[in-house]
Amino acid sequence: MKKAILVLLTVALLLSVFAGCAKDDADDAKTAEVTATAEPVVFRFHNGAEPESLDPAVVEGVPEHNIHIALFEGLVTYNPKTLGAEPGVAKSWEVSDDALTWTFHLRDNAVWSDGVGITAQQFVDSWLRFMAPETAAVYAYLPAMIIKGAAEYNAGTGAAKDVAIRAIDKYTFQFELNGPAPYALGMLTHYAFSVVPLHAIEKYGDEWTRPGNMVSNGPFSLKSWTPQDKLVVEKSKTYWDRDAVRLDEVVFFPIDDYNTATNMYLNGEIDWLTETPPNQLDKMKLDKGYGTNASFVTYYYQFNQTKPPFDDVRVRKAFTMAIDRQELVDQVTRGGQFPAFGITPPLSGLYPAVVAFEEDFDEARRLLAEAGYPGGKGFPKSGILYNTSETHKNIAQYVQQKWSEVLGVDVQIENQEWATYLDNKQNQNFEVARAGWQGDYVDPNTFLTDLLHSGSGNNDGKYASAKFDALLAKAATLPDGQERYDTLAAAEQLAIGEDFAVMPFYYYSKANWIDKDVWGGWYPTILDMHPFKHIYKK
Amino acid sequence: MSKYIIRRALGLIPTMLIIITVCFFLIRVAPGGPFSSEKKIPPQIMKNIEKKYHMDEPLIQQYGRYVVNVLRGDFGPSYKYKDYDVNYYIAQGLPKSLLLGTISILLAVLLGTAAGMFSALRQNTWVDYTWMSFAVVGISVPVFVLGPVLMYIFSIRLGWLPVAGWIDEHGLKALVLPVLALFYQYFATIARLSRASFLETIRSDYVRTAKAKGLKTSYIMMKHVLKGASLPVVSYLGPAFSGIITGSIVVEQIFRVPGLGRHFVQSAFNRDYTMIMGTVIVYSLILVIMNFLVDVLYGYLDPRISYS
Repeated sequence: MKKAILVLLTVALLLSVFAGCAKDDADDAKTAEVTATAEPVVFRFHNGAEPESLDPAVVEGVPEHNIHIALFEGLVTYNPKTLGAEPGVAKSWEVSDDALTWTFHLRDNAVWSDGVGITAQQFVDSWLRFMAPETAAVYAYLPAMIIKGAAEYNAGTGAAKDVAIRAIDKYTFQFELNGPAPYALGMLTHYAFSVVPLHAIEKYGDEWTRPGNMVSNGPFSLKSWTPQDKLVVEKSKTYWDRDAVRLDEVVFFPIDDYNTATNMYLNGEIDWLTETPPNQLDKMKLDKGYGTNASFVTYYYQFNQTKPPFDDVRVRKAFTMAIDRQELVDQVTRGGQFPAFGITPPLSGLYPAVVAFEEDFDEARRLLAEAGYPGGKGFPKSGILYNTSETHKNIAQYVQQKWSEVLGVDVQIENQEWATYLDNKQNQNFEVARAGWQGDYVDPNTFLTDLLHSGSGNNDGKYASAKFDALLAKAATLPDGQERYDTLAAAEQLAIGEDFAVMPFYYYSKANWIDKDVWGGWYPTILDMHPFKHIYKK
Repeated sequence: MSKYIIRRALGLIPTMLIIITVCFFLIRVAPGGPFSSEKKIPPQIMKNIEKKYHMDEPLIQQYGRYVVNVLRGDFGPSYKYKDYDVNYYIAQGLPKSLLLGTISILLAVLLGTAAGMFSALRQNTWVDYTWMSFAVVGISVPVFVLGPVLMYIFSIRLGWLPVAGWIDEHGLKALVLPVLALFYQYFATIARLSRASFLETIRSDYVRTAKAKGLKTSYIMMKHVLKGASLPVVSYLGPAFSGIITGSIVVEQIFRVPGLGRHFVQSAFNRDYTMIMGTVIVYSLILVIMNFLVDVLYGYLDPRISYS
């Protein structure tokens, strides 16, 4: 009898653990019924990390950019297929003959979500707020690069009145460039050139981005935001082109764990998955929603050129040539990446990929011997620095093995957590370091100038070539056209194919998972931006 | 007794001050800073940012400012998540972590003690072996394995429970998998602890005397054995409760629970100094208060302990 009681108690204990499930199932069925009757069109997706802010002046990441394009609209906005600039708050614009003065005509029906109208003066004030030294905007270097007087104002050496932006009348906005910058129009889609609701900022101070306070002018308005949980935007009632917006809500889920994101997608809890862990990739390639497209991102290694042995171009060239990039993308990364022999990903029709060098193992060995390290003998102790990640580790191990096989050089691989890795890289405490770069706008300039110009803050390997800088300076004076692209290509050939400033591996291929039988208006794009205004349920 | 409690309670103040001081200076030794970025920030802009957050002041002045603010209950702005301050994140995340932790620890204590008791009563029988095997699995399988396995079985395969999310989205169902993943390891430890303790207590003289007097087994168990045998479990509870709250980071990440545990770890990676300090202070406070309570409870359960 006692034994029977014990068995019963044991079973009861086990059952008690699962007791909650059955009851909650019933609750869920009720919720499902309610959802089915209301039928708002809600688009839910995996937005990477938690957004750092919603204020365009202080953000810098992709998750924030995704939220930004739902909430805000600048003078121009993205074309959903090409990401080229198309009319936003500005309905039209003209450029002067010398390509320096740009005049934009704003719509008179563009208003904030609280009904306040948008004027040219608000653009002037918003841009000045962004450039102001006390705002400390990370992306202040974009306007500083092109707008006359912006760099001086941002550095604290010039005055706001000397920045060449002005409101001609209530709906006419004008600015002047430092030089003809053909990429300026594309750059204007970036949040560095947003208009912000200064009346709301004045009223709420630092709390202006919170739900209830936030005023925006894009296709969607902020509905709720629970940090680390989700951010929900709803279709704007005041957006000038609101009839074109077909989603009722967009839910941005910050999800750190890619396994969880993948499981949520498989379980129908999100509609668009943006990342999956490497170990799930093979399985997830079979999913109906899987698709890849070329992306404006390059994976490369930096050489520290401030000290031996990588201050010697022969060593850099030997190491660069001693890798089989096709094998790397086929066997190691396996995500459909494209082997890179230049730094700028190809821009179809405008700027074909520069093939700056060829892989040649014999030549690599010869060069290393010529540099004084025959068969790798006597090569100083060196390491590959990378930030902790499974993919970076796999690549570093492949490179380590290849350099050992081809050149007879044994390098160490060293992973560090993000902040330590950045600190070491930016202070030249490395020999070879992993790097990746995503263009901020569609133009080779965002790679060549931002990464390799001798004065660039991202040039961690400290590549410095007066000839290269001069070619970039020349390109900056040229109008859009073949001559400008040829000049940029010549600069790229010099930096990558002659000076071996950095060692490119591949151009990214971005994978996404979204069921295109259900969702329309979502197109694969080179910057992996997908304006929510155009997405709809089929 | 009350003197002891007051003395111990006052002892918490210097403990907390030491933690704040050590942590404040230690985090600044780590390479990088809160505004490290792959896109290197021009020096002028970095200067502007540092000025905005008073980071251009001497360190000792920053420390003084921080301590004064903390005494006022202000943990300052988050350096990483700029739209809210640290107080907001604590107020928003801590209740969720506490709810998850409290349910898990309560279940672990109830089921763990019961499992330990049954196993002890039926030592070396299938009941004992079943529970202890179950416990060994709990101790051996880390939560980052258990979590995805539970998710795969109950969400992907069976479709009974949501993969991830919180109560506002999925109701109480949202709690099931995180609680299971979090509670299992603690249940296993408590089951093994209480089994050993019950075995020891059952064989003690005073229990034998009670049996000799002809008292019922159930009465002896509840009146004499349970109280004595729960001592090791109680002393384990202090660190276990703090551990389950702070250690919920993996569970919070896997199941997307918007708790404080994620901030505790993530803020260190982000070098978000104010968030690190805020979470360290909150967790330290939980830890020292739990240890304090356990010490007091210990005296109540074990009359041999004197507080004089």
